[in-house]
Amino acid sequence: MTLLDDFMLRAALAGLGVALAAAPLGCFVVWRRMAYFGDATAHAAILGVALALAFSTSVFIGALAVSLVMAMTVSALSGRGFAMDTLLGVLAHSALAFGLVAVSFLSGVRIDLMAYLFGDILAVSVGDIAVIWGGAALVVGLLLWRWQALLTATLSPDLAYAGGINPRREQLVLTLALALVVAVAIKVVGVLLIAAMLIVPAAAARPLAGTPERMATIATVIAAISALGGLGASFRLDTPTGPTIVCLAALIFAATSLGGSMLTRQRG
Amino acid sequence: MRLIETRDLSMRLGGDMVLEGVNLSIERGEIVTIVGPNGSGKSTLLRAIIGALAPSGGAVIRAPGLRIGYVPQKLHIDPTLPLTVTRFLGLPRRHPAEDLRAALEQAGLPDLRDHQMADLSGGQFQRVLLARALMEKPDLLILDEATQGLDQPGSAAFYRRIEEVRQSLGCAVLMVSHELHVVMSASDRVICLNGHICCEGRPEVVAQAEEYRAIFGRGTQGALALYRHEHNHDHDHSADCTHDHDHDHPHEAAE
Repeated sequence: MTLLDDFMLRAALAGLGVALAAAPLGCFVVWRRMAYFGDATAHAAILGVALALAFSTSVFIGALAVSLVMAMTVSALSGRGFAMDTLLGVLAHSALAFGLVAVSFLSGVRIDLMAYLFGDILAVSVGDIAVIWGGAALVVGLLLWRWQALLTATLSPDLAYAGGINPRREQLVLTLALALVVAVAIKVVGVLLIAAMLIVPAAAARPLAGTPERMATIATVIAAISALGGLGASFRLDTPTGPTIVCLAALIFAATSLGGSMLTRQRG
Repeated sequence: MRLIETRDLSMRLGGDMVLEGVNLSIERGEIVTIVGPNGSGKSTLLRAIIGALAPSGGAVIRAPGLRIGYVPQKLHIDPTLPLTVTRFLGLPRRHPAEDLRAALEQAGLPDLRDHQMADLSGGQFQRVLLARALMEKPDLLILDEATQGLDQPGSAAFYRRIEEVRQSLGCAVLMVSHELHVVMSASDRVICLNGHICCEGRPEVVAQAEEYRAIFGRGTQGALALYRHEHNHDHDHSADCTHDHDHDHPHEAAE
């Protein structure tokens, strides 16, 4: 395992693992207009981190548990006709605030809050990589297994019901996948930017894709380029890695949207 | 053989009783049309039949292994979701390429395979929705206001296509429509719905029924091109009705 002693290589593997899981799931987040849903789930993870440290269990388990509770709560509320936009705004930000307050109570442990807010990809261990790739494989496996049903339910719940698919079960699959992605991405990009890893590559892929599958594939490629490129850029420019990754994804988004709109103007 | 049956079905939506005591069944191969004013519970009944809404009372019984082809009233495709016509036909289950080609051929849209759904005209979109519903070779085809937004020749062509489909697949068709005259003449059986089943039967019978006329008025005597004669005598309401009619029917034509 001498190869994995190189911290840059470990960081690259961690970034690729997150990109692989976040990008295809991010397509569903975009198609179903769940951007705020992703935010609320990700922000809740900081509370999970605080609880995990307080009870000295694994941060991954703590973040996964609290994210899952938050994602299930939001998912259950979304079917009941509340003003979702407001409710998600309240949940997303209060989860973050409660998490930050909870962390401040942990006087005994000296923790680097910034590492959980913005990620600390250069500090990932071999064990972290195993967790990230395990989680990513689970998410990609779930999405591949349910792909047709997820797509039908996303298009129209009524079409899904008529085809013998229960859209609420598919929603649950996405909810579970979302909590998993949040839990594995926390170390790489931090809770504040996880939603960006979901949404930005998917949005950047949209103008280049004609089918849902192509969009998910292109989004994954864009996310991988952003992860590796951002890692390299942050090393050279001595900038924080998580935000640099998101910046690169955002630049790609700007380029494809601009290119896409010029293409349609030419055709029209 | 009964494909689907509702037994004493009641539906309550947000505290309002939308449907009460609905008993209906559909046999293989028949075309059944539900007519009724706005808010009469037509779409709710269809959604209960496809399983999208759970009954508040009673039951919906489907034949085992029943395949339903559903054509919704409208379908909003989010602009962030890229979807070609071919890909759309492959939902919820994928089909071999030659089946897809044949389906588009039959729908009269052979050149639109790689077009985005968002770029189709209203009529093309409707034909693709129908083609998708037929991909599974359904036992029961359900159409909810499927001709909304089509012009008259367009919807006439659409109903001719439904008749062909029934012939070739032998499936039953259940549809809801506002276009009384067109849709009723194409049906084997008409169900007049207004929170409950007001009357049902062959189109020409329903068109003459007091309950039907109470809802749609006499302005729709063209409901059947074949039966144009006007009854100008008065029915004794209580003698003809076998059930209570104490609710308020809007007394204008729905058209």
